[in-house]
Parts: sequence; structure tokens; C-alpha cells
Amino acid sequence: MSRLSQRPDDAVVGRALRHESADLHVTGRALYTDDLHPRTKDVLHAWPVQAPHAHALVTDLRVAPALEVPGVVRVLTAQDVPGTNDGGIKGDEPLFPSEVCFHGQAVCWVLGETAEAARRGALAVEVDYDALPSTLTLAEAIAAESFQGAQPTVQRGDAPSALERAAHVFHGETEMAGQEHFYLETNAALARVEDDGRVFVESSTQHPTETQEIVAHVLGLQSHEVTVQCLRMGGGFGGKEMQPHAYAAVAALGARLTGRPVRLRLNRTHDLTMTGKRHGFHARWRVGFDDEGHLLALEATLTSDGGWSLDLSEPVLARALCHVDNAYWIPDVRLTGRVARTHKTSQTAFRGFGGPQGMLVIEDVLGRCAPLLGIEPHELRRRNFYVDGQTTPYGQVITQADRVRRAWDQVATDGDLDRRRAEVAEFNSTHEHARRAIAVTPVKFGISFNLTAFNQAGALVHVYKDGSVLVTHGGTEMGQGLHTKMLQVAATTLGVPLQLVRLAPTRTDKVPNTSATAASSGADLNGGAVKDACEQILDRLAQVAGERLQVPAAAVRVVDGVVVAEGTDETLSWAELVHTAYFARTQLFAAGYYRTEGLHWDSSVMQGSPFKYFAHGVAATEVEVDAFTGAHRTLRVDIVHDVGDSLSPLVDVGQIEGGFVQGAGWLTLEDLRWDTGDGAGRGRLATASASTYKLPSIADLPEVLNVTLLSRAHEEGAVYGSKAVGEPPLMLALSVREALRQACAAFGASGTSVDLPSPATPEAVFWALQEARTGARAQGHVDPGAGPTPALPDPDAPERRPESEVAVDDLAGA
Amino acid sequence: MTDTDQTAPALVDVTLRVNGVEHTRTVEPRRLLSDFLRHDLRLTGTHVGCEHGVCGACTVLVDGDPMRSCLMFAVSAQEHELTTVEGLGTQEAMGPVQQAFVECHGLQCGFCTPGFVTTISAFIEENPDPTLEEAREAISGNLCRCTGYQNICKAVVRAAEIRRERSTSSTEAGERA
Ligand code: FES
Ligand code: FES
Repeated sequence: MSRLSQRPDDAVVGRALRHESADLHVTGRALYTDDLHPRTKDVLHAWPVQAPHAHALVTDLRVAPALEVPGVVRVLTAQDVPGTNDGGIKGDEPLFPSEVCFHGQAVCWVLGETAEAARRGALAVEVDYDALPSTLTLAEAIAAESFQGAQPTVQRGDAPSALERAAHVFHGETEMAGQEHFYLETNAALARVEDDGRVFVESSTQHPTETQEIVAHVLGLQSHEVTVQCLRMGGGFGGKEMQPHAYAAVAALGARLTGRPVRLRLNRTHDLTMTGKRHGFHARWRVGFDDEGHLLALEATLTSDGGWSLDLSEPVLARALCHVDNAYWIPDVRLTGRVARTHKTSQTAFRGFGGPQGMLVIEDVLGRCAPLLGIEPHELRRRNFYVDGQTTPYGQVITQADRVRRAWDQVATDGDLDRRRAEVAEFNSTHEHARRAIAVTPVKFGISFNLTAFNQAGALVHVYKDGSVLVTHGGTEMGQGLHTKMLQVAATTLGVPLQLVRLAPTRTDKVPNTSATAASSGADLNGGAVKDACEQILDRLAQVAGERLQVPAAAVRVVDGVVVAEGTDETLSWAELVHTAYFARTQLFAAGYYRTEGLHWDSSVMQGSPFKYFAHGVAATEVEVDAFTGAHRTLRVDIVHDVGDSLSPLVDVGQIEGGFVQGAGWLTLEDLRWDTGDGAGRGRLATASASTYKLPSIADLPEVLNVTLLSRAHEEGAVYGSKAVGEPPLMLALSVREALRQACAAFGASGTSVDLPSPATPEAVFWALQEARTGARAQGHVDPGAGPTPALPDPDAPERRPESEVAVDDLAGA
Repeated sequence: MTDTDQTAPALVDVTLRVNGVEHTRTVEPRRLLSDFLRHDLRLTGTHVGCEHGVCGACTVLVDGDPMRSCLMFAVSAQEHELTTVEGLGTQEAMGPVQQAFVECHGLQCGFCTPGFVTTISAFIEENPDPTLEEAREAISGNLCRCTGYQNICKAVVRAAEIRRERSTSSTEAGERA
């Protein structure tokens, strides 16, 4: 066991604890960013002027009429920006644009004494537009070759030749829609200026450091003049990784120009129409199997819908390409990715970060080819699992293949799958207008940021003279339970009771240069940093305790707040020790640091070992489909998931349940629609409210949902033997989609292959089962033969050389 | 909103009784109850998620009945007894639903929690011993983006149990007295 992963007896980590702020939440006392402005004096409110075109030039903008509106104080426009007029990190997201690139984009912001005054002011601003042609759908973008950014390829062996040799070759296309985050708390910021012009911004952000950087560059300030604090978020899911920056910057700009605090809160319609979503993807693929159904080769080109600017589209695409293999060994592969540029919101991070889209492709391929190969889908999947020692297409060695197999077998046993499959067959043969099916799918998800540099974190731990402990770390809390876990890590490392430890809100002047709380890595990275800080303090305290107890420092232990020493019965309380240590002039605070060792990644060739480890899981889902309406119900779900040695089992199970339900929402319910017609509303988000965008409610939940944590799952490479849990469970929901496909197929003759759209809404399921039933074959179905070559990368596309890799290359070269 | 009328309407005095205390504020006549509570009274425990009557985060009790405060004007809540999440208990003395949510890990980000707590508080008043099925039904109008609802469901049943326990013990205490 590594020092990092080793857990003392009786550790606080591993206990099933309540959420650290639960008491505040249930009584309504927990504060979110937008709860602060009623407690702040003289606040101004910001409201956007949104463009009514998908693509247009702004030819004139007259703010004077707005200033006539009572209560309007100022209108912020491009002329007001002292620094860089850009709200992103790639220089392609003008904060106050002269060219509108999506319907609803803000062209300027009005500040008012009340939100209502600002809203009226925004209506009064006069903007002239010159409308331009727009590209909206992925199909339009692909046809028009409207792409942005790099077009990377992950490659191993020679897929085209392997396909020629394969006994069975199929080709097809797969398309999947995006997803709205719909965090319940919309984006919000509150900015104020301090005495010397410094700016303090409260922001609902997953990435305070980057928010700080963007605010600084918009205002033309240095980072040390801007502090960003995030108290907590009402959900993030990746949607607050990059999107909050621009809004924080607008609020900060308003505060600098007026000297008054500025509150910017997007209302739900703003948030839906202005902020990015999960990327929809299109894939064209061809695949080869041998006679036993072993995958021999796969060629695929994935095109994501990036929207109007790049933001995180390139890293999302990289992760998608790194997850097309999921848990399967594919000897010869070529996977190419492209990001389409469309006139929509800039699509961005969303739980799974491309992983779900990549995995959906291979699960779709297997689900559609299984009937054509005459092999049960679950059998086909199992036959293709990795074994240890094999490598992924991007070159990472597989070392925990047994975990997928163990989870798979446990799901089969716990879920009594053999018996239930027989029951399903019986049900299907006795019901004319309903079908049931059970599907099992695996998840193997890489943990760490693909880009090596981001795998670092900091923490600041203070022990006060009375023995109480205050922890600050670089991660943000969005409901995932990170703070709860960090308290447990600190209490475990120091050996003190949990009640002695408190957590302070995340802020950039406490812990600098943090990475986003993203990639599921929050607990791994910040836990490593918190542990490091606590160990430094403990080492110093052990010296003092050793002197007091007259033993070597190495013999000192702190257990549940009692300081004990091997070889003596003498003890000391934690408070006494701290008290003595202070007067003995001992430093009782420490900055901790952690970086994940053993990672390397080269974006230009898409090869390396980018992940510290993989998180695994398996889900078996049973569904029932109604022939008349396509309506479907999920009857039962059994999940076995690998969280390592759990840091906090209640939190982890909660993440698994929530992730699964969110994934099922993406795949079966949530249906983003844009107006793609040629009328005046072209480009408008048609699902711009909770009444038109259907989120999972309890009524959509499986009737039975059993979640078990995989046993014997210690992880050497992570803090106290745990594994990350934020994103991986979302992809367990692919089992719902595959079960629906199988249920539709059961309406047809045996060997029927079903092409199921994503999301598989009742309407989509209805048409799919209709087709299966009548034996009709629609365009785009999987066909035998190699078919057209999935598009090769454009040789003129820019090379992907992230700043983070270039900087380190220079270092190596020096 | 589609009105283009730029003149702000005359302000009105609104008096509301919230959590047993009367408050008067001068506001625009169309001030939403949710905004009145949050902005004017600083009762920010009532959250606004969709502004549309769909998510239930803004639910408050009006004469004991759950209502969506984003769909109600503050003026029309006059003459009624209002209860927000802050009125259902404190950290030291939690209401049964609040305690059940803590025990059952019924929350993650917590943003939906106040709306569930108010909704369920009203529900268990009427249904002191609900089945799991009834519990599911009771919360089917509230959205949570984080939890997957499993623990919220458990919290409903547990809350009813705590409420029953408390009323028995208080009756017993009453009998002893
Ligand atoms: S905010 Fe009132 S129901 Fe959603
Ligand atoms: S806990 Fe986040 S919305 Fe319910």
C-alpha cells in the first residue's frame, strides 16, 4: 500500500457521514451567491440586451434611450472595457460582440437600481443588426465544412487493412443530442470594489482561478488585484467550469465603473439561452468482427457541435476519443475528431466531458451489430472486455480489467439476470403490445485531467491555539460532497475528531492557481493537498509531543484527539499539545500541495498515459415499452460501481444514483430543440424553460434502483485508497438506452437491428419499434460492408499544442 | 416578458405575515412573492430555480398549503399566514422534515431542499403515515437535479415517522404532567 492510499484504523474517512452543510441547507440558512445581494448595500443589478439573430453584424447600438428609463444607471458596452474584450481563454469570445454568433447573445448590459429597472432599460436600448446566413445543425456544419480547432486522431495499427481481413464488417452513423445542465441555481455573480480599486467577486463558479484571470484581463488588472470567492453552488455539472467567467467579468466591470456593488444573476431563460450545454455528436463508423464476435478494427470520425466558440470543445473531444474503447479491446483503431462551428451557444463541459459521447458510440455499434452477428448483446460485450496488459488505443496499459468482470458477474448474480431474462422472454411471448428487455453495459472511465498540467492542487490548513482546525482548499462545493470528504481527510490525517475541523469557502487569495473542480478529480487532488498540509503540521507537533512524552517523534500518534506514544502510557490531549506547541514557537499552519505522479500525455499525437487510474462500473437495466405510444418505464436497475475504498459512502452512493438519473435524462427524456427553420426565429432555443425542457422527476425514476459499491477495490494511486466518483456513474445509464433498443427489437423478427435516436424519447422509441415491427429499413441503418471512409482529418486544421504542454516542452529542452 | 411599457408603475405598500411576524415594504405592485421574500425580507432560504412554476424550489406554505411563490404576487399573499423554510425550524430545533433530510442524506447541492421541506411538511400534516408510493406521489411535482430522488423519498417516510414519534412523546409528557 502506498503512503498516500494507506488508511489508519478507525479513520474518519470511510464513515457514512451527513453532508457537512446539511443543517444549513434544511433550515434555509446556507448562502448561495445570489443570497448575498439583499445583505449588501447600494447594489446595482445587471440585465442583458440579447440579440434576436443567430448570426448578424451589430451596425449600431444606441444606449441613450435606456438612460432615460427611471432607475437605469449605466449601460456597459465594448467602449467601457479597459482591458481585453473577451470572456474566455481562447480569445474567441468577445464579451461585447460586434458580430452576433448565436440567438440570444448579449450585446451589452444595462445596470439599474433594481432588476426591474435594468430590464426596462434593456428593452429601451436600440440595436441595428445586419443579419447574416447561419449554420445551425451538425449536418449543416458538416456539409459546409464549418469546423473550428484541431482535428486530432487516435490511432493504433492499421484499421483499414484489418477491416479487409475481418469476417464481418458493418458501417453506420450515430447521432446523439446534447444536454442542458439545468443546475437548479442559475449563474450568478456579485462584484464590489475595495478601497484601492481591487475587485472582490463572489461567483458561482467551478473554476475560481480562471474566473479571476478573466476578470483581471477584462479589467486590465493583475491577478493579485482580483479575488474570487465561491461559497457553494446550487449544482454545476461542468456548466460552471467556464461559463461563469464572462458574467463575473461584466459584474466586475460594472462595479469598477460605478463604484457600487453589481449583482448579475441570469434568470432561467437567460441561462438557458446564453450558456453552453453538453455537446451533441455525430459519428460515422465502420467496424470489423471475427466469427466469434471479437472486435478486430474500428474506424470512426466523431464530430461534435461546438457552438459559436471553442471554449472547452477541444479537451471534450479529446476525452471523447479516449473513451470510444470503453471497456473493450479493439486491436486496430483509427478515431478522428472534429469540432463543428455552429451558431448556437458555446457547448462546454458537462459531467463526463465527452466520455459519455465517446462511449455511446461503441455501445451503439455493439448494440446494433449484435443481432446481425447472431450474438446476444451482453455476450458480445463480455467477449470483448480488456484483459490486463492490453493497452488502450492511446497507449495506456490496462491493470484493473478484473474489476469490470467482477462487477459484471456481481450484477448478474445480485440482479438474478438469468431468471429474469427467462421471465422477460415469457412476458414478451404473452404480450402483443408491450415488450421488455434487460441490457447490461460496463463503464471504464479515465480519472485525471487529460492535460497533465491541471493535475495539481493546493490547500491551506490552520491549527489555532485552541486546537481547532480550519481547512481551505482549491476545490469548490457544488453538492458533490467534496467539502465533506475534505473534512474527513483532514480529521483522519491529524487524528482529531471531526467536530474540531471546519472548512472555509473557496477563494483565490487563500489558495492560488487552482484547477477547475472538474474531471471528477476534486477529492483526489485536493484530498492529496489537504493531507500533505496536515502531515506537515503533524510532523512538527510530533516533535513537541516527543519532547513532552520523552519518546522519539516517530513514536507519537494522534488518535481521536488523544496524543499517545508507543512505549509509554502517558497521553496528552490534542488541545494541550497545540497549546504547548504554540508557546514552543511551532508553526501551526501549512500550505499543502499535491500533484498526480506518473501521468504523461502528448496532445499532438494523442498518445500517453493521461489517467492515474480508471473508475469502473456495471449496470443492468430492465425496461418495458408500450407499442402504441412508445412510452417506456424503467422497471429495475442494478448497479455495481467501483469507488475504490470509499471516502464517504453516503456521498458516493448519492453521486452514483444522481449520476445515473442524470444520464438517463440525457438519453431518454431531455430534448433540446432549436428553431432550425428559415423564419425570423431561426436559431432560437425552442426549449428555453422548464416547461418545455423535460427533466427527470421522481415519476421517471426506476421502480427499483439497487446500488452496491464494488468490494476489494483499494486504489493505490489515490488519497486513502479511494476513487473519483463524480462523472463515471452517469455513463451507467447507457444500459437504459441499450435496454430500450433491445425492447424495440423484440417487436421484430429475431436478428432485427434497431437504430435508436438519442434521446430515446417515447416518440423516438415509437418510430424505432414501428420499424422493427414492420421490418422497414430506414436510411442510416447499419449495413454490411465497409461503406464510405469516415472523414479523415483536414491536414490544414490547426495542430493542437496546448499552452500547458508547450511550456513543459520548453523546460525539457532547456 | 413582453411588455415594453417603460414607466415604472406607482409603488404600493404590502404587509405580509411570514413565520409569525408582520412585515411591511413598499414595492412595485407586480413584485413576486418569491422576490419579496428573498430581496425585501432577506428570507433567502426560499430559492428560485425556474421562475415558471415547474421546479418547486420556491415553494412556501400559504395558510399551510404549499404554493409556488414564483407564481404569486406579494400583494395577493396579504391576509394569509405564510411559512417559509426558515419558519419550519432552526439548526438547534429542526422540524421533522428537516431532521429527516439530514439523516437520510436527502440533499446534495441543497438548492431544491427548501422547496421539498415545505412541500413535505404540508404533506405529512395530512398524511401522517404515508407509504413509499404515497411519498413518491407527494414529491412528484418538485425537481432535484442532483440526487436521483432515492434519499428524498426515504426522507419523506422518515419525516412522518419522526413527527409521529414526537407527537407520542409530547402526548406522553402531557399525560405525565
Ligand atoms: S422557481 Fe417557482 S417553481 Fe421553480
Ligand atoms: S440537491 Fe441539488 S437540486 Fe436537489
